[in-house]
Amino acid sequence: MSTDLGTLRGLAHLARLEFDATREQQMLGDLNNILDFVAQLEGLDTTGVEPLVHLSQEVNVLRDDEACNTVSHQDGLRNAPRKDSDYFRVPKVLE
Amino acid sequence: MPYRAPNLQNSLKRFHSLSEVRNELAAGTTSCRQLVEYYLGNIERQQHLNAFLEVWPDEALAQADAVDAKLAAGTAGPLAGMVIGLKDVLAYAGHSLQSSSRMLDGFKSLFTGTAVQRLLDADAILIGRQNCDEFAMGGSNESSFFGPARNAADPERVPGGSSGGSAVAVQADMCLASIGSDTGGSVRQPAAFCGVIGFKPTYSRISRYGLVAFASSFDQIGPITRSVQDAALLLEVMAGPDGMDSTASQREVPAYSQQLTPAAHYRIGYIADAIDNEGLNPEIKSALETQLDILRGQGHVVEAVDFPYLDFMIPTYYILTTAEASSNLGRFDGVKYGYRAADATDLESLYKKSRSQGFGAEVQRRILLGTFVLSANYYDAYYTKAQRVRRLIKDKTDELLRQFDFLVLPTTPTTAFKIGEKQDPVSMYLADIFTVQASLAGVPAISVPIGEDSAGLPIGLQVMAGAFREADLLAFAGVLTEEVVA
Repeated sequence: MSTDLGTLRGLAHLARLEFDATREQQMLGDLNNILDFVAQLEGLDTTGVEPLVHLSQEVNVLRDDEACNTVSHQDGLRNAPRKDSDYFRVPKVLE
Repeated sequence: MPYRAPNLQNSLKRFHSLSEVRNELAAGTTSCRQLVEYYLGNIERQQHLNAFLEVWPDEALAQADAVDAKLAAGTAGPLAGMVIGLKDVLAYAGHSLQSSSRMLDGFKSLFTGTAVQRLLDADAILIGRQNCDEFAMGGSNESSFFGPARNAADPERVPGGSSGGSAVAVQADMCLASIGSDTGGSVRQPAAFCGVIGFKPTYSRISRYGLVAFASSFDQIGPITRSVQDAALLLEVMAGPDGMDSTASQREVPAYSQQLTPAAHYRIGYIADAIDNEGLNPEIKSALETQLDILRGQGHVVEAVDFPYLDFMIPTYYILTTAEASSNLGRFDGVKYGYRAADATDLESLYKKSRSQGFGAEVQRRILLGTFVLSANYYDAYYTKAQRVRRLIKDKTDELLRQFDFLVLPTTPTTAFKIGEKQDPVSMYLADIFTVQASLAGVPAISVPIGEDSAGLPIGLQVMAGAFREADLLAFAGVLTEEVVA
């Protein structure tokens, strides 16, 4: 199967990516090559085969739910590209 | 004429295992401090291989002194004397962690991951952070934001990937062992290209807390070493349940390093289609057949088996891993940590510009493919279909691993290729053809070196065993390396 520029732009938006015109064409070409390649799976009959979702045989391994602060406010802000004393800073959201 | 590593001007010889190191430490002929100085010297002299992104000389020397004191006092842990490098996907508190990506520019981890903490608790010495493919996506180390690491056997060639820097560091004697991560072969394939041992344990055997997530139903931490004993010891130290990772298995951890005595007779299957695959380099095929003959000569049962899904493995792997990656990498938004674009005007453009400038081309390709296969119109045709095929692959692999103790196959279809040689994503993906099976099935697999091709490039042999049968797998790998490692 092959996809078009409109679909690619939709995907890019969903993935919060953007491309200039040249890169857009490259990505479309690559995506179509990869989709052609993975289309091989259509040739395999999987009727009646349940999807494999979890690899582990062990389910719901849970520890006691004990509240604790693992990261302090100050540490949480430490890696922020922009911040003030209390918050992450981002461009204005509301006009 | 193949490239040969220069003779290293140092009083210490090359160590192949921790037990060799421990013998010299016990005899007083070396110290942990001298070991660290030796490896730091080797790193310094081989910077052109681009194996390390960051080296921690002061900390490593301080830790060496602390371990020397513990050795003198008789209180040293099981990894005392082992100098280890970490792939740049493992969290270590206060240290940079970037997954070789611009997206995590400037990021320093707030915590230490479980596997790394267990190494430290066992008195390992951590020497630095190693180059890899960006977010562990690649088979050549070429997708790193910091440029490719280079194969010490021929610096014009790739070391493999994604744990490329980690494999080169062990190959070129910059540390005794490295800790990498393996999603579809990222420990085993570079180990094969670099002539060292790469080991992926059973899915869930080692906690992933503190491992940067790529594809969560595949990711597994694994060691790169020069000896099977060291691989066993590192697994023993790192494995086991973890309150910080509910996917880590609750199963008891055997003393792998004490269980390396092989059985007299094994049943060994080899996948005929893999050995007869037209993409397989004839020299690798011949090296593999020689090994199978040796095993027959030792009295093991060696039989060809049919595995009908060889062509379906890479498509299944790429659909599932890109889907998981597109989801896992959604967290990188330029807000809370890492790279932020300077030219954003509103929140949406902040996300888009930060991610588009922060992620490299291969990562963006995979995010797009993952977004595609998870989108409503294509979910069943691609994602669910691949999950069904994964079950077929896993069931058949499990069935074969009940009939045979081990499955043997090449680690890679070719030896190390040239930097820049593979431009087309699909041809790069096909380099993983023999390693993704163990990842799709979640079973343990190891790559051991079995010689070189006519150009002097290393060849790896891969062995798979049933889930949680690491002890048997390692014992058998010891048989193989005894035959081939001088």
